[in-house]
Amino acid sequence: MTLQEPTSEGRFGNFGGRFVPETLMPAVLELESAFREAWADPSFRADLDALLADYAGRPSPMTECHNLSEELGCRLLLKREDLNHTGSHKINNVLGQALLAQRMGKTRLLAETGAGQHGVASATAAALLGMECCVYMGEVDVERQELNVFRMHLLGAEVRTALSGSRTLKDAVNEAMRDWVATVTESHYCLGSVMGPHPYPWMVRTFHEVLGKEARAQSEALLGGPPDVVVACVGGGSNAIGIFSGFADAATELVGVEPAGGAAVGRGLPGVVHGMDSFLMQDEFGQVLEAQSISAGLDYPGVGPEHSHLASIGRARYEAVNDDEVVEAFRMLSRSEGIIPALEPAHALAWVSRERAALAGKSVVVNLSGRGDKDVAQMMDVLG
Amino acid sequence: MSAGGLDDGLRATGRVENALRARRDIGGKCLVVYVTGGLGDDWLETARAVADAGADVVEIGIPFSDPVMDGPTIQAANDAALNSGATPVTILNALRDSDVGVPLVVMTYYNIAFRMGLERFAESLAAAGVSGCILPDLPLEESSAWIEVATDSGVETILLAAPTASDERLQRICERTRGFVYGVGLLGVTGVRAELASSAIEIASRLKPITDVPVLVGVGVGTPGQAVEASQYGDGVVVGSAVVQRMLDQAGPEGVAELVADFRNALDAR
Repeated sequence: MTLQEPTSEGRFGNFGGRFVPETLMPAVLELESAFREAWADPSFRADLDALLADYAGRPSPMTECHNLSEELGCRLLLKREDLNHTGSHKINNVLGQALLAQRMGKTRLLAETGAGQHGVASATAAALLGMECCVYMGEVDVERQELNVFRMHLLGAEVRTALSGSRTLKDAVNEAMRDWVATVTESHYCLGSVMGPHPYPWMVRTFHEVLGKEARAQSEALLGGPPDVVVACVGGGSNAIGIFSGFADAATELVGVEPAGGAAVGRGLPGVVHGMDSFLMQDEFGQVLEAQSISAGLDYPGVGPEHSHLASIGRARYEAVNDDEVVEAFRMLSRSEGIIPALEPAHALAWVSRERAALAGKSVVVNLSGRGDKDVAQMMDVLG
Repeated sequence: MSAGGLDDGLRATGRVENALRARRDIGGKCLVVYVTGGLGDDWLETARAVADAGADVVEIGIPFSDPVMDGPTIQAANDAALNSGATPVTILNALRDSDVGVPLVVMTYYNIAFRMGLERFAESLAAAGVSGCILPDLPLEESSAWIEVATDSGVETILLAAPTASDERLQRICERTRGFVYGVGLLGVTGVRAELASSAIEIASRLKPITDVPVLVGVGVGTPGQAVEASQYGDGVVVGSAVVQRMLDQAGPEGVAELVADFRNALDAR
């Protein structure tokens, strides 16, 4: 364990907490004790480990990018979460939460999704465990990620379109929370990132620590020690926390890359929305601003509270890249290495590409959190 | 403008609680009515008309971009008010310069207070003549910092009590709340439903024996008939979406007041 545990109130330093309607408070408290109990139970851990190995395909490999390393002048390695079942790191958390929900006697999984990766993972786990699944997705994202919408339908999930506000991930979270307020007795809210009220930021991190542990061991094997730099994209921040967790005790520099149009850490101020106190893009009166990004999965004005904490104590730094840089990185990895990345981790690659001079001679591990198949239709339009 | 006397023995009561107790003491049922601040040019007039039509307390909503406890009606009202330029400052300034005639409560989400700074927000409420505050995303566990500064400014913090709470939790909520205890009538967000949920009666019956603070039921109380039913075991009701729908329908202050008078008459005739 290298990242710190939250306080009993769910705080990472000044950030976190449990800002939910009173109706949900008993559910949030119950979830915390159920998670603590399950995590301490070897049979729960064995069930989860078996699913991660035999169903999700863990461990995921670490790939050294020889072509791109030469082009960029650093030693670049990718943690291949894109090779997991369902195509991203999201499955780690979802399998954990779905098993936990089943153990708690819940029959329905409720999820929000931006790019659709968490929605697909949730629908997958629900199909596997025989649970009902309802996924909220903003109208804008339903349009730009229609392939994932179809996948969720195939998997037997109901996809409900969020029509309020910016009609993206933020509003999908609002709708999922409203649903949860009404169905808390039978539903488990399978939150998709290290955000929301305690215990979610901590619990979701714990479920993703598996990828950090693997990446650390793989770095030892390939590099003979931890890398100089670990880079991951940050929307809510679950893949980033997962990989940071493996290197927090090392001298490795940790870099989170946000979209320029959704840079909660870079441009936000502390605020409270979606159950947490964290950096948030908002106006002077506290109205939450709409994020703007080419990537549906990072189109979110907030960020998980532990990232706000890591930024404020200086353990991790957060940088922003713009959509053009992301598109360029998307093409770069496809051509140089034969790997089509999702637009989300293309943010991390875009930062590495831009900072190549500063990174010269260093070893750099990028968490390739998802594959790009879902983005191909959108990129056909962008690249014309 | 005293924040409250010691007429309750050990607990200081404020203007909201005093007004509701006065209604209860004469054998009446309390009516708190929610009006979205900044919705239309005549929202303040509407608030006054609502008070004249028989509301004991008027709740002014300060719109927030992400109201997770609210259903479609209040969301639409929020969006309309925000789009027309309403801010916490414009709403509180308007209240400061007027007299609605009954005690006022502000309902908004925690980030509005948090961004302004808790002390400044509490002082702004007091300066605007607002006596109470409801923050539906601030549960008991997170409420201490706010309650402290609110109390210092003489602002009563009204806590919600939900059907999902244990008896022990309801007890703690009743001990911390001021003004009244807001019993959540159903599992769900605000909005009018065809029928009153059985949980509305249950929450009132669970709260009533454990507190002397007025027990009001809101969320899902949308018609005068439902108000009568819901106040059977408690001390009254909070009505929001039904009234806001009238505002959205451009019924004007008189049209909204008519509906409030229907609620008042039904509660008085019960």
